Amino acid sequence: MDYFRAIYKADERSPRALRLTRRAIHLNPGNYTVWHFRRLVLEALNTDLDEELDFIQRIANSNSKNYQLWHHRRWVIERLGSNARAKELHLIKSILSLDVKNYHAWSHRQWVLQALGGWEDELDYCQQLLEQDIFNNSAWNQRYFVVTRSPFLGGLIAVRASEVRYSVEAIVANPNNECPWRYLRGLYKDDIESLVNDREISSVCLKPSQEFRDAVVALWTSDTHPLDADLATAICDILEHVDSLRASYWIWRKNKLPIAA
Amino acid sequence: MESFTSPTVTQRDQILVEQQVFSIFKTFYDMPPSSQSFMLELQRENHVEYLTNGLKQLGPSFCVLDANRPWICYWILHSIALTDEFVDPELEDNTIDFLSRCQDPNGGYGGGPGQLPHLATTYAAVNSLVTLGGDKALSSINREKLYSFMRQMKDASGGFRMHDGGEIDVRACYTAISVASLLNILDDELVQNVGNYILSCQTYEGGISGEPGSEAHGGYTFCGLATMILINEVNRLDLSSLIDWVVFRQGVEGGFQGRTNKLVDGCYSFWQGGIFALIKRLNSTKGERSIPLGDGEDSTASSDATEESSNKDLSQGGSHSEKGDHHDTSSRVNVDDISHNSSKGHAKVDPLFNSLALQQYILLCSQDLNGGLRDKPGKSRDHYHTCYCLSGLSVCQRSWSEDEDAPPLPRAVLGPYSNLLEPIHPLYNVVLDRYQEAHEFFTGS
Repeated sequence: MDYFRAIYKADERSPRALRLTRRAIHLNPGNYTVWHFRRLVLEALNTDLDEELDFIQRIANSNSKNYQLWHHRRWVIERLGSNARAKELHLIKSILSLDVKNYHAWSHRQWVLQALGGWEDELDYCQQLLEQDIFNNSAWNQRYFVVTRSPFLGGLIAVRASEVRYSVEAIVANPNNECPWRYLRGLYKDDIESLVNDREISSVCLKPSQEFRDAVVALWTSDTHPLDADLATAICDILEHVDSLRASYWIWRKNKLPIAA
Repeated sequence: MESFTSPTVTQRDQILVEQQVFSIFKTFYDMPPSSQSFMLELQRENHVEYLTNGLKQLGPSFCVLDANRPWICYWILHSIALTDEFVDPELEDNTIDFLSRCQDPNGGYGGGPGQLPHLATTYAAVNSLVTLGGDKALSSINREKLYSFMRQMKDASGGFRMHDGGEIDVRACYTAISVASLLNILDDELVQNVGNYILSCQTYEGGISGEPGSEAHGGYTFCGLATMILINEVNRLDLSSLIDWVVFRQGVEGGFQGRTNKLVDGCYSFWQGGIFALIKRLNSTKGERSIPLGDGEDSTASSDATEESSNKDLSQGGSHSEKGDHHDTSSRVNVDDISHNSSKGHAKVDPLFNSLALQQYILLCSQDLNGGLRDKPGKSRDHYHTCYCLSGLSVCQRSWSEDEDAPPLPRAVLGPYSNLLEPIHPLYNVVLDRYQEAHEFFTGS
């Protein structure tokens, strides 16, 4: 590290400096100053960045949760451009195969898709992951990302019906899985009217009784649909007992319901 | 009708943790009362010993934290302050000198002497110095240079880069805004567009992600919410979604998970638990529990003239949107309102999360009886988890309190009352009276 400090202070941007940064990084991959300097040297030397990717990959094997590494990867890919895309998406997949919820990997993947494209297979990838583990919230989040942003799917409204069907199936298979419930709400973000009127949702999420249907509607839309608050109150009371960990939350929700006319 | 298939990885991992935690709880419940009392005790002496030793010297394996030394200072100093213990003056002095050597002549603090200044290590260094308190510590911070460092880190998107050429995310926004606010150097230039950036990070789940599009996450949700409060734009967030997301992050173990369907972790006791401390203060300053349910519309059934005027106070009286010269923070939102709520005559309200369940998790599952706290049973203790488990515990103990001057009722504190920790300022996560000293020092008031 003393060698490194000397080179850094002198701002020497030579092959020797490059080698030193490599050694320093092996010693401590969290040293962002070294990574930063390495970027300066790489630029000055106009080095082959494909090799750089291999270098990062070797460090990544034991440090997949390191911010600096992922940031450096982004920097390299930015310079390589769309040629690097396929390989990069493939690499991220392999990292995810070891740790399917790695936050950095997912953020990086989203960045690659937005910067370089490659959206075509992404929904299938999400599908695969969800088939393996329907409880994987990172995969659900990625699915939302894809259906809302992919230039090939036509936007949220276009895919909404099929996505609703998909979520409802997931709910029926595992009603205690929080992911598809939130996903469903997400599909109707800012458009509660449509959610409430979606027959497919009401058929599965609510008991057949019309009263219950209205009650849940009141819970979700209490500032725009002043329905019969008594039922909503009853629901809150029920929840206070069956979900007692969140009792004070349900009491709070109950107090926020509009007063019945 | 649930279909039975073999458990997925998520389910299996969760079951394993539940088994461990429930076995601890069962052992606890089966114990005689005297043993139970012991199990619920916060092992203050052991924790302080673990912490103090860490401040003096860390072993060779810690070289991986060589670019994070101000963080270690903060995790340790803040934890010690929470237990209301003191660090020996020589060690304090050495720490102040060390942090000064981490300060870059052009502003900001790096992970160690000679390292590039970095917003996260700046946050850690400043919080450490505020925690140490006193003239020497506080005056060692070069605010002018720090301000210019932050201006350089500011990005057109509204976010901040962590360091020269570094990553942009919600954490960087928080560390910058938090420090600027604490040091009274927050201005329109720094605040510009931050709100837009954070807003773009609120996900369909209701929580906030690190970057736009990423998964809702406890750490980033805390950072995002705190930042929005500091820049007085909190009502732009969909708060009811945010609250709905965070209440469901508390699990059967009593502790919090960082993301949906992930495992409980003691550090989220603060990142997620602290969100409730922020929300509680928001409610108090507004004079009513008036979190809007959507579109910023206030949905409390009883509309109230006083409530309206206190809404105005929050948005105008302390609004940063007023123009001021760039070092003038008299137009900043008055964060004192958020930390030090003068009693407005409210009945005590229950916190929105289950404070006692969280305390039970922290005391029974996160404590290492030899000192230090951890993520979960089976994991090793470390200073980071010690800091955030204790910070979370403090939040829990104060979660019924409307007035920070009054000590909490015994029923708010799980275990012996001696478990009581010092109160924190939830926006910065420094002990409240240290915040107050720093506030006076930097605003000259």
